Amino acid sequence: MIRVENLVKTFGDVIAVEGVSFDVRAGEIFAFLGPNGAGKTTTIKMLTTLLRPTSGSITLDGLDPAAKPLDVRRRFGIVFQDPSLDGDLTAYENMELHGVLYHVPRRVRTERIQTLLSLFELWDRRGSRVKEFSGGMKRRLEIARGLLHTPKILFLDEPTLGLDPQSRNQLWTHVRHLNETEGVTVFLTTHYMDEAERVAHRIAVIDHGRIVAQGSPQDLKQQTGTESLEQAFLALTGSSIRDERVDGADQMRQMARMWRR
Amino acid sequence: MAVVYILWLREVKKYLRSRPQILASLGQPLMYLLAMGFGLGPVFQKAGQGDYLQFIAPGVVGMAVLFTSIFSGIGLLWDRQFGFLKETLVAPVPRLQIMVGRTVGGATVAMIQGILVLTVCLIAGFRPHGLASVPLALLFMALIAVVFAALGTVIGSTLRDMQGFQLVMNFLVMPIFFLSGALFPLADLPPALAVATHLDPLSYGIDGLRGALIGQSHFGVAVDLAVLGSVAVCFLALGARAFSKIQI
Ligand SMILES: Nc1ncnc2c1ncn2[C@@H]1O[C@H](COP(=O)(O)OP(=O)(O)O)[C@@H](O)[C@H]1O
Ligand SMILES: [Mg+2]
Repeated sequence: MIRVENLVKTFGDVIAVEGVSFDVRAGEIFAFLGPNGAGKTTTIKMLTTLLRPTSGSITLDGLDPAAKPLDVRRRFGIVFQDPSLDGDLTAYENMELHGVLYHVPRRVRTERIQTLLSLFELWDRRGSRVKEFSGGMKRRLEIARGLLHTPKILFLDEPTLGLDPQSRNQLWTHVRHLNETEGVTVFLTTHYMDEAERVAHRIAVIDHGRIVAQGSPQDLKQQTGTESLEQAFLALTGSSIRDERVDGADQMRQMARMWRR
Repeated sequence: MAVVYILWLREVKKYLRSRPQILASLGQPLMYLLAMGFGLGPVFQKAGQGDYLQFIAPGVVGMAVLFTSIFSGIGLLWDRQFGFLKETLVAPVPRLQIMVGRTVGGATVAMIQGILVLTVCLIAGFRPHGLASVPLALLFMALIAVVFAALGTVIGSTLRDMQGFQLVMNFLVMPIFFLSGALFPLADLPPALAVATHLDPLSYGIDGLRGALIGQSHFGVAVDLAVLGSVAVCFLALGARAFSKIQI
């Protein structure tokens, strides 16, 4: 369903994605895991026609997003990592606008908006402007909106960031249901390893713009000789905190890993 | 069509929900009208040019339409900042439709603002030379609105953040206003200024408004219509092109 080969994206001298390759099969739930700044969102932006790759190739349902953006856009839905709601519109209006943009017929639209807003406990606040919402409510609305139409491929970029456990549970139950009943292919990122372990069929771990491991949760634990996905993840990506300069020891570890491959 | 309509509706709703801003944005034209209209009136009259309030009112209406439409286009920058732009850019809809919905929405808002300012002018004592002039005046307001909403779209698609905004304001929007003949007659200008006024699309808009409302026109209403219409087509094409190239 998605095939990525040697994908590269640079911003000036920052190399955000450095030769990434992976395959996502149709009907699969695929988790793309990595520390902050690893290149996950940049990859998703290239897959979803928001950015042009510097080099490398992407095919999504047989199509190249850079060459056929509109056809590719007809095939996916996305929940962005960053806010993308219109704060001046109400929750209902945000849903409605999305439904029109995605050509959801009016009857289905009205029905699904009610179902989803109720599911994420926003129905009572449907008439309030989104800028009056709390962070968690906005996040729930983003997710409800992302689920309004049923795409072939659903991208979820850290969808559960800032959500309470109840909403998280709703989300993953719903996503699994979509995957099982409608055969929706899911491409997700998350920092919560328990979520990835719970829903993902396969996982790719990305660090510093490169894929460092791929396989089922089971495979990754075996490859690293660890008990949990969390430990496997830390073993693969080091334990230093990102978004700060990488320290010497971590750099050594990175180098060592490069050599080993 | 549904897509164009809902994006148009969004612009109009956002405008109608910002009542304090609507009031605030009436302040500037009002100040020009009163300070210049009444302040410079006697000088203007002595120079044998007639009633300055009559002369400046169409200019002030044009100014309101200019500012509102160009800012609506630049609203793209806010949508980029607050993230909503992404939502429309990944939708399975030709970007042209999105751009048209936004631009026509912005132009509509600018028209409403222009009509409000025209009403204020009427209250202040402006007297157009007949009701028949109103439809033509509305047509010119619409053309000005489309031209500059499209220009705003070009700018909003090209700038990446709010930093370029001040630059655009000082070196593009203000010159467009001041060189348009909104405040002074276009006849007998020094050559350099004459060239500049001829290059400014707003000159034709305000000249057309004057032609419609007070029956005084420098270029002739037909020329004004032709020039503005062509500029509108060009700017819409440029706006569509710039919008289709946005990356995030
Ligand atoms: N528009 C941009 N300009 C410059 N650098 C960017 C831009 N977008 C992302 N980056 C950089 O690319 C790297 C990867 O970012 P991102 O893909 O957002 O990571 P992740 O989603 O895995 O946290 C980071 O170092 C980030 O700072
Ligand atoms: Mg990210």
